[in-house]
Amino acid sequence: MNKIAKAMIIMIAGVGTIVLMSAVYTVNEVEQVIITQFGKPVGAPVTSAGLKIKMPFIQDINPIDKRVLEWDGSPSDMPTKDKLYISVDLYARWRITDALQYFLRLRDERSAQSRLDDILGSETRNAVAKHELIEIIRTTKDRVPLRDALLTNAEKELKMGSLVPIQKGRQLVEQEIFAEAAQKVKVFGIELLDIRFKRINYNQSVRPKIYDRMISERRQIAERFLSEGNGEAARIRGNRVRDLNKIQSEAYRQVEEIRGLADAKATEIYSSAYNQSAQAVEFYEFTRTMQSYKSIISENTTLVLSTDSDLFKFLKGMNPGGKASSVRLSR
Amino acid sequence: MQQQNDNYGRAGSEIEDMVRNGKERLSQMFPSGGSRSAVLMIALVLAVMGAWTAYYTVPSDSVAVVQRFGQYQGTVPPGLHFKLPLGVEVATIVPVKRQLKQEFGFITPGARESFQSPDPNDGMRETQMVTGDLNAALVEWVVQYRISDPVKFLFEVREPRQTLRYVSESVMREVVGDRTVDEVITIGRQEIESEALTKMQALSTRYAMGISIDQVQLKNINPPRPVQESFNEVNQAQQEKEKLINEARRDYNKVIPLAEGEKDQRIREADGYRLKRINEAEGDVARFNSLLAEYTKAPEVTRRRIYVETLQDVMPGIRSKFIIDESARGILPLLNLDGPKPKEAKNE
Repeated sequence: MNKIAKAMIIMIAGVGTIVLMSAVYTVNEVEQVIITQFGKPVGAPVTSAGLKIKMPFIQDINPIDKRVLEWDGSPSDMPTKDKLYISVDLYARWRITDALQYFLRLRDERSAQSRLDDILGSETRNAVAKHELIEIIRTTKDRVPLRDALLTNAEKELKMGSLVPIQKGRQLVEQEIFAEAAQKVKVFGIELLDIRFKRINYNQSVRPKIYDRMISERRQIAERFLSEGNGEAARIRGNRVRDLNKIQSEAYRQVEEIRGLADAKATEIYSSAYNQSAQAVEFYEFTRTMQSYKSIISENTTLVLSTDSDLFKFLKGMNPGGKASSVRLSR
Repeated sequence: MQQQNDNYGRAGSEIEDMVRNGKERLSQMFPSGGSRSAVLMIALVLAVMGAWTAYYTVPSDSVAVVQRFGQYQGTVPPGLHFKLPLGVEVATIVPVKRQLKQEFGFITPGARESFQSPDPNDGMRETQMVTGDLNAALVEWVVQYRISDPVKFLFEVREPRQTLRYVSESVMREVVGDRTVDEVITIGRQEIESEALTKMQALSTRYAMGISIDQVQLKNINPPRPVQESFNEVNQAQQEKEKLINEARRDYNKVIPLAEGEKDQRIREADGYRLKRINEAEGDVARFNSLLAEYTKAPEVTRRRIYVETLQDVMPGIRSKFIIDESARGILPLLNLDGPKPKEAKNE
């Protein structure tokens, strides 16, 4: 009897435990729970966290996330309005607002994600095809870029170092996609919070052309640098010749001026001295002539002198004035 | 909850497993009979388990978020703490003071944080960007962030760190998309960092992720590989330009200062000539004046003296001299005045 009773107690306790385990459940802070009875939702979703009780065995719990969830699109290639193939990658944030609706329409998150794939994918394609590439690259319409001080006007004219103008910009395109898609996912009990372009890249097939353009742009700049260098060097060489001529001619001018002044001054000094009186003039003429003989008359000079000259007049006689006496001297 | 527990405190499910295993082991050890001691044993094991799971330590750089049956109870500071055991209360450790970072486009080995490094297959795609002048660039950057609000971090957004990665990539492309390739690669780096930071902060506040972004740092920014060479060409051309100009300057410098010096030299020489001329003139004049003074005293004699002296000086140097008498004029035509050898003609 005792043994049976003991066994009974243990059995009842065991069954009780199992029933209890099946009747209680916890709701986490980040989720809500939909109770289903034989697969059919019963009552409103349980949204408050904590320990809860349900009918054991016949009711099941279906936790549904309350948090903001992410959707990460896979990159897909699509053409823009200007026929450029680009690879676009989006992400979206969404949350389940109507858990019951969500549960009925989609059951689980995997199917929700695939719906989002479909809807966002097609809306993205639509939006991208309606816009030129630059519209989804740029955001701020009237931004003036910083300019590399090395770029010149010639390159500005070629639109190098400047931004391609836009009408709308990335944010508006994102909003277009968002507005379309948000409406479409509403029926699943989903609220789309926002979508943003994560990556936009040139498609593999477009890249070589883009690279070629970039290369040619850079080459252009490089060539300009070279010709600028040569030009500046030529200018400097010109300067060199000019400055050299200037300096040398200035030197010549100054030298001649100085010499001229010097000669003038000397002349003035001489003339004021030699011209001081008639006697001075006469004396100067005489002495200067005498002086000049010393340099004029050289070894090769042949001199024919008369005995009438002042020097040799005494050769003829002591008194050349009258009485002739012939004395011959030879040197 | 499952996911959270995977990531952070693993207390809940582990304990359940341990309890279950313990029970099984006990029933194996005591297959029958001694039910009293069996119950005692179970109670004892449960007590040990309970004690084991009733405390936890929170590291100094973290806080713990405590949930009882999944319901948020509170946030506890670092230190040793107690909780209800056996999975009733779960503490999730959140490192709120630690500086965390995410790398984009490159991988630092030994990353411990989840979502710190890019997916290895994705690293290259992550860097490729299109600039506002429709050029391409490769951008690598780092985002430094902290978990500022552990409650929001755990309960608002499912994958805050992954969302942060999305935000970061998206914002960086937005910012780069508004700039020219020159700005991105060279002149606009700082501006990009600050604008990206502001925009990321705005987004992370809007998303209520409980994350605060402290810094955005750009790492390598390069043109795409096939284009890199032409970017180098520009640099080389710039160097070449400098070189050409410097060479021309060198030639200039080689000549011009020298010419300046020579100019000064010539001017100085001319100056010397001037001084010489004037001094000489003055000397000459002084001499002349002295002579003149004497001359005026006795002009005739002085004149004669100077004349004779001069001729005395001059005459000896002359090889051919003819002294002709007026009366002997007839011989003059016979003289060979132009003769190369004046000796022949010398008749003395």
